[in-house]
Amino acid sequence: MTMIDVRGLTKRYGPDTVVDDLSFTVEAGQVTGFLGPNGAGKSTTMRMILGLAAPTSGSATVGGRRYRDLPAPLTEVGALLDAGAVHGDRKARDHLLALAVGSGLPRRRVDEVLARTGLEGVAGRRAGGFSLGMRQRLGIAAALLGDPRVLIFDEPVNGLAPEGIRWIRGFMRSLAREGRAVLVSSHLMSEMAQTADHLVVIGRGRLVADTSVSEFLRGSGEGTVLVRTGEPAAFTPLLTAAGATVREGPESSLVVSGLTGEEIGKLAAYHGVALSELTPRRPSLEDAFMELTRDSVEYRGVTA
Amino acid sequence: MNGVARRARFGHTLHAEWVKFRSLRSTWYMLVCLFAVGLGVMALAMGRAGETYRGASAAERLAWDPTNLSLTSYLVAQLIIGVHGTLVVTSEYATGLVRTSLAATPRRHRLLAAKVVVTTAVAVVAGQALMFAAFLLGQALLAAQDVPNAALGDPGVLSAVAGGGLYLSAIALLGIGLGTILRATAGAIATLVGIVFLVPALSGLLPSWLRGLLDFWPSQGAAAVFTTVPDPAHPHPWLNLGGMCLGIAAVLAAGFVLFHRRDV
Repeated sequence: MTMIDVRGLTKRYGPDTVVDDLSFTVEAGQVTGFLGPNGAGKSTTMRMILGLAAPTSGSATVGGRRYRDLPAPLTEVGALLDAGAVHGDRKARDHLLALAVGSGLPRRRVDEVLARTGLEGVAGRRAGGFSLGMRQRLGIAAALLGDPRVLIFDEPVNGLAPEGIRWIRGFMRSLAREGRAVLVSSHLMSEMAQTADHLVVIGRGRLVADTSVSEFLRGSGEGTVLVRTGEPAAFTPLLTAAGATVREGPESSLVVSGLTGEEIGKLAAYHGVALSELTPRRPSLEDAFMELTRDSVEYRGVTA
Repeated sequence: MNGVARRARFGHTLHAEWVKFRSLRSTWYMLVCLFAVGLGVMALAMGRAGETYRGASAAERLAWDPTNLSLTSYLVAQLIIGVHGTLVVTSEYATGLVRTSLAATPRRHRLLAAKVVVTTAVAVVAGQALMFAAFLLGQALLAAQDVPNAALGDPGVLSAVAGGGLYLSAIALLGIGLGTILRATAGAIATLVGIVFLVPALSGLLPSWLRGLLDFWPSQGAAAVFTTVPDPAHPHPWLNLGGMCLGIAAVLAAGFVLFHRRDV
């Protein structure tokens, strides 16, 4: 079921087009990774979905309605845009309580989300003393207050320690298993490979790819095979003759593309070449992502 | 997915703003500060009153206004109460909390109106309490020095004390309006100080066509409400106060329009 529908969404600030005719959907029951380099327009898109910024043109709807028209938004959409968005002088429980009563939610929801995010023990402490990880949890607790069917997280693992990252990954997966639609942004492809079912990739505000993670990988090349043999100089021309492209790999290994591992093995057996290693290597998501967004990275360092 | 969905109403938003308001220590520090400074300044003003009165000429004694004397602390109190008004809005911009608030309450006018109502309610109570406390304690200090003093029942006194409380509440609203328009704490507070202190201090430099405005300006004409001895320049103090309130209403209206239109 389509929970978020973005159509022709465009945002211009003066001469700058930050989001450019963007269209995609976010479905229930899966984690949709919203991926792009820094400055690609991810946060702006999320702010437009949440009615915080007005689109120059196009539309974004949640459950078929504009966010502003939702009668009780927190019960439909939960969002974590910035973990720092808490008044440091306010206790965690009071922060959540203000949000709960403002949406007519029962007070017990505050204790329920505190328990679900593991914050019961610090509910009475002021948020200013929280670590980034605890603030993230508090932000997620706030997003869950209304038990919404749609969740939006902007860079939730940014700056977190490994155990925090693992917890958030598992948490997002469990939210999707419960049938919720989860839209999570990141500028790290590797992060999305671990959590997302579906990918929406943007660069410079434009849609670059809208696909499942597995399709994304398949579409980004067949990968290579690492071959190790005692006689690389003799085997290389045989591989080339069979249609493969061969590069020299580390420690006098061969990196072969254009043939599968099986085909290379058969070829070696036919010619009586002894192989000590034959390892198919999938293209990394990171490589595929870099390839896709190469032209849309705004600022790039010079590779030494 | 949930059985808790209910349409949120203005009462809910109001309740949320009250929770936000009471859950900050700075709120209570502000109130303590308001009374400590307000009554402290009053006590200082009273300290020399006996001496001043005894050394005064006959004409000066005729214009002796013990009510006004005990309410002079409004000058400092208005800054404290106005700064608090700006912080109600700008602290949300400083932390980014305004996005969370608006995601929870997308009807922006409703959110700002709730802030206005809660802040005004607190400012009315605190402002009146401070003015009545300052008056009563101040008159007691005057009586102790054996100089003429006023009672609440004297002509014009109740109007000056209660009007003073309303004046302070209006300045809290000015703070909210400036905070909403400027969004940054430093800019909003600087503007507030400019309005209540700098413009009055520099009033002599203003071109004559602007001076009419000063009749309705905070710390200037609008402060005539704190007097009981009629000032020939401001024969109708409530008219001056009303003019200031109109001006503040205009600032607040501009704040509402901008808050509705701007991206956050």
